[in-house]
Amino acid sequence: MTSLRINGQIHEVDVPGDMPLLWVLRDVVGLTGTKFGCGIAQCGACTVHIDGKAVRSCFLPVGEIGNRAITTIEAVGETPTGAKVQKAWLDLEVVQCGYCQSGQIMSAVALLAATPNPDDSDIDAAMAGNICRCGTYVRIRAAIKKAAGAQQA
Amino acid sequence: MTVHITPKLPKALSRRTVLQTGAAAGGGLLLGFQSPFAAASIPNATDGAPAPVGPFAPDAFIRIDRAGHVTFIMPQAEMGQGVYTAHAMIIAEELDAAFETVSVEASPPSDALYGNPVFGIQATGNSNSVRAFWTKLRQAGASARAMLVQAAAAQWKVDPAGCTASNSEVLHTASGRKLAYGALADAAAKLTPPAKPVLKNPKDFKLIGKPLKRLDTPDKVNGKALYGIDMLPAGVKFATLAASPVFGGKVAHVDDSAAKTIPGVRQIVVLDDLVAVVGDHMWAAKTGLSALAITWDEGANAHVDSAQVWKDIKAASEHEGAIAKAVGDAKKALQEGDPFEAHYELPFLSHAPMEPINCTVSLRADGCDIWVGTQVAARTQAAVAKLTGLPLAKITVHNQLLGGGFGRRLDVDGIEKSVRIAQKVDGPIKVVWTREEDIQHDFYRPVYYDRITATLKDGRIDGWKHRITGSSVMARWFPLGFSHGIDGDGVDSAVDEPYEIPNMRVEFLRHEPPAVPTGFWRGVGPNNNVFAIESFIDELAKKAGKDPVDFRLAMLAKKTPRLASALKLAARKAGWGNPLSPRRGRGVAVQVSFASFIATIAEVEVDHDGNIRVHRITSAVDTGIAVNPDSIVAQLQGGLIFGTTAALYGEIIIDKGRVQQSNFNNYRMLRIDEAPEINVHLIKSGEAPGGIGETGTTAAPPALRNAIFAATGIPLRRLPFDREVLAGRKRV
Amino acid sequence: MNAFSKPSLPVRRGLIGLAGIMALLLAWFFWIVLGPGPMSFAGGSRVTLANYHGVDPTGVPSELAHASLLKKGEYLTRAADCGACHTARGGVPFAGGLGFVLPFGTIYSANITPDKDTGIGTWSDASFLNALHKGIDDEGVHLYPAMPYASYTSMTDADALAIKAYLFSLKPIHAVVRDNTLVFPFNQRRLMGVWSVLFNSDKRFEPNATRSPQWNRGAYLAESLEHCSECHTPRTIFQSLNNRRKFAGATQAGWRAYNITSDANSGVGAWSDADLAKYLSSGNAAGHGSAGGPMGEAVDKSLSYLVPSDIAAIVTYLRSVPAISTSDLPAPKATPAPASYKEGVVADYDPRGKKVFEGACASCHGWTGVSPVTHYATLTGVRAVNDPTAINVAETVINGTDYMPAFGQGYSNDEIAAVANYVTARFGVSPSRITGKDVAALRKQASN
Repeated sequence: MTSLRINGQIHEVDVPGDMPLLWVLRDVVGLTGTKFGCGIAQCGACTVHIDGKAVRSCFLPVGEIGNRAITTIEAVGETPTGAKVQKAWLDLEVVQCGYCQSGQIMSAVALLAATPNPDDSDIDAAMAGNICRCGTYVRIRAAIKKAAGAQQA
Repeated sequence: MTVHITPKLPKALSRRTVLQTGAAAGGGLLLGFQSPFAAASIPNATDGAPAPVGPFAPDAFIRIDRAGHVTFIMPQAEMGQGVYTAHAMIIAEELDAAFETVSVEASPPSDALYGNPVFGIQATGNSNSVRAFWTKLRQAGASARAMLVQAAAAQWKVDPAGCTASNSEVLHTASGRKLAYGALADAAAKLTPPAKPVLKNPKDFKLIGKPLKRLDTPDKVNGKALYGIDMLPAGVKFATLAASPVFGGKVAHVDDSAAKTIPGVRQIVVLDDLVAVVGDHMWAAKTGLSALAITWDEGANAHVDSAQVWKDIKAASEHEGAIAKAVGDAKKALQEGDPFEAHYELPFLSHAPMEPINCTVSLRADGCDIWVGTQVAARTQAAVAKLTGLPLAKITVHNQLLGGGFGRRLDVDGIEKSVRIAQKVDGPIKVVWTREEDIQHDFYRPVYYDRITATLKDGRIDGWKHRITGSSVMARWFPLGFSHGIDGDGVDSAVDEPYEIPNMRVEFLRHEPPAVPTGFWRGVGPNNNVFAIESFIDELAKKAGKDPVDFRLAMLAKKTPRLASALKLAARKAGWGNPLSPRRGRGVAVQVSFASFIATIAEVEVDHDGNIRVHRITSAVDTGIAVNPDSIVAQLQGGLIFGTTAALYGEIIIDKGRVQQSNFNNYRMLRIDEAPEINVHLIKSGEAPGGIGETGTTAAPPALRNAIFAATGIPLRRLPFDREVLAGRKRV
Repeated sequence: MNAFSKPSLPVRRGLIGLAGIMALLLAWFFWIVLGPGPMSFAGGSRVTLANYHGVDPTGVPSELAHASLLKKGEYLTRAADCGACHTARGGVPFAGGLGFVLPFGTIYSANITPDKDTGIGTWSDASFLNALHKGIDDEGVHLYPAMPYASYTSMTDADALAIKAYLFSLKPIHAVVRDNTLVFPFNQRRLMGVWSVLFNSDKRFEPNATRSPQWNRGAYLAESLEHCSECHTPRTIFQSLNNRRKFAGATQAGWRAYNITSDANSGVGAWSDADLAKYLSSGNAAGHGSAGGPMGEAVDKSLSYLVPSDIAAIVTYLRSVPAISTSDLPAPKATPAPASYKEGVVADYDPRGKKVFEGACASCHGWTGVSPVTHYATLTGVRAVNDPTAINVAETVINGTDYMPAFGQGYSNDEIAAVANYVTARFGVSPSRITGKDVAALRKQASN
């Protein structure tokens, strides 16, 4: 049994240690907000936080997580930064199909946690790993800046 | 705001779902979600199953219960284009419903009730959701409103003409009395709908034209929104599959000894054309699949490659096609003038929606539940009926949000494969394709080969011949759309091109590529035609020694004034004519597509090694009445990115009968750090609404191509843009 | 003066000079031809197997002592890594057809399934031994030394015939292999006979009586079966192995086969035994990254099947190879890059390097180079990242590894060069300056 600390709750899961966290979240624990997009860490749809840092769960073996805190899109709104980012996403109506947006938001929250006032280059560095096929990039950038502004206030 | 479209669940609970069968008022299955970790069940009726029929259900679209809760049944699939919100706005406008309290849900499968008025079947595509349903949904709303007003007037014993409605209430103006819609639901249900409901004068619109918040967004930012891939019916097992890497190949032999030893692998399903591994989770299924040693009988297509595909289509295009449009005497004009000819090539493309193809099936002896996100719910039901032999009524399709459609989910191959696997498995099964499978077994945007010849007279086009050679997707998907050798979609935006040309001829020549299945891809026929025509127009402008904008305006002003206005606006906003640094260029493209009038100007920079940097794109859009202007801007922004991705990177290459691309490492998507600045300017219009979802995709490639032409003088004639050509290492 | 009398002084001087040059050339020629053997470095006394009294270093490990001939043959076939070269990309194992792209044409590997028409189904034991030991096929035709018979020559007859028995147990595959496309004079196979006389010892393995049994086992595995030298030892102008620089590294199929001598900076001297063993058996070791290219294949198809005692024997043997420094391979930088992308990179680097990295690489490799997902993806301390030519970084980006997708198809030469330079600059000890042209050349060298 592997013990995982997901969104503040301990989950005991009976899975192989090399199983990526993504499938444990989605298929075993039932938290489907974290999405499968590519399976090779190229699209970012599966992004979660491990101790607050954005990590691609499709490539992260559960056996390597240990006691580190896992946060998913379902709970990221409980942090002030997460709530601000979600609000900015709503205010600017970023979302289209929405499938990649869990990952986009997780990456954006991690960015703002580390860099409260990001410039365009910071946004590129943190967000370029997240693909949006609907092409919401223009609004993602604007929403991050808006959330950063709200954070400053 | 209480609007919701997906099941609301307590935050701490996960959503492993449990089928709760029980007779719902409508006779269908009532589905509930239940957490495996919580004792209490959470009943919910909005998971794609028909809503409980409220007392007032005047038509297929509107349900009002006694508590006044208003539910709209959405005839079209929500795949990001914002159609749930746009359709809800249209109905709510005429119904005078309090918009912030309405719920929307996916329609069950039914061509009769939810058929798209353009196609005659329940299908979401061709950017026509708003256009096609504009009148129908307004009438539905207006009709229901009239009945509610009539019910109130009857209760008050007053003249209905003295009553008005707003905010889900009927008001008697003279007395100030008010009755909520919920209180009127029972009485309204007994009335006969008016024969000719009176529609609002657009100047009285309260919702339409406002940038209202989308109904589906809140749950899409907190992880609660459910897509097909998120379905977890009780006892579900997980499967992933491999079809023959060579198109049309069959399974010859499977050695599953290693796969069976993988923990969590439950079953190997071998069908004639695919192998699936069933497991306790996707990881078991995926590792099990890669542990299989599958020998394929590659069949007849193992020799097919892209070089041959291009050679064949080029050769085919030498022949005459079916005449789709003839004006004046093109032959004579071309003979008498100095004809200029160019050819344009567009490659195969995969859709690659972010949500890979998937479908969850619960197949029982007496019925079947399908959870999927599809653009064709009724077709899904029919396909499942055909495979299972079950009557239509026993097949419940729970249509979910789509994690991108782009035309991919107009085909039901993924659903059919899932059902065929389910036939070999006990209990519910969720089949999820890997991204590799998704890219390598798509219905691809066909390759097209366009030949255009034209002559100029007095700086304007005099003769014009455009021959489009390519696959007819219509012939496969919607045979009515292919007649007399002409694919109605294949010639869209070519037969109705916007310029005043006295002598023209447009031909369509159907040429199917060997082995590679083709399908509709965001932007469909206009993608090809607008790219070829607008690229060619720029080459003509150069030949005529004219500025590309002036050259176009001269031929648009009379015939297509709405487009001429859009072009003038775009040129002004983009600073057309302002000087640029060396190797930077601006390019323009105009289009009438999906009944919208759009001018787009791109600004790019090309270095000496052929590397392209897209700096900004400006579009001016006249799409008639803009139901939700913010959604329209969003669709343009996204569509332009989608089209830029295709122009810069998009190409599916075939070698030895196999698709060579497999995932985002080699089928590349534009990323945020490459995304240009995008400015979209809406033109106010009282005309009927046009389509918008695909227009940006159509607009970007020719605008970018022409900008590269301006920056480098190199007339690219093929997509995606070839850096080797731009670096001077290869000829056009 | 008699025209046939003594030549004049200047002419005499010239002739003497010429003779001198000839003598030097001859000396140089013999210096190469008579170079040391692959195990000469070890000194001590070598004896024939028959006269060796220690544990037999050849054959299969003790775990398989009682296995069937086929099982033994399978183990040895894997240890000799026959499948890596005799299988085309996506082709049937052992049916041949893999192309080796050389500057003077392409050589295709043979079908070694027991098909009688297109494979080796009609080969006698003697012809099989001839091929492995002398580089001559069943029709007397000389093989190109792309077939490592100069290494296999030290394999015992028993082991070679066990391999043959295993190959003959496979399903015969009818597969005609394409003709080689070598240009003159390289298409003259008879020249290979000359080469063979000069450079193939045609001697079976001789244990070193002064070394341990484990060392001798390692030597047999490394030199004969696994034929490590073929990639890791540089070659002379005649394409023979230059054992004066044994295991000091060379280029193979476009990839750098790195220095694996015990040099602490350039080689593997600083690696722990456990890391070496882990890398050989699994293709990766924490702090040293993952094997890619031909080494990745060697691990996948061969080394990963060896029992732990055989891996340990190879490690023992490797440890004994004298340290040789490679001038352009400094000790890898062991410290991670700064967490912020804004720090740590030389400013004048092509900005596209950062662009490609942030989109396609940072998710797995992190900005520090220490992977947030798996140590397989950590770049810190990895030899390739600390190679200022960036050849293997570029090759890895183009072709991918078991753990990493291939980006060659989706990214341009300029982009791959830019990201390779970015990676070496950010995570390595000294930045590379590889160009798009270099990347284009690397793409062409890959076997296919």
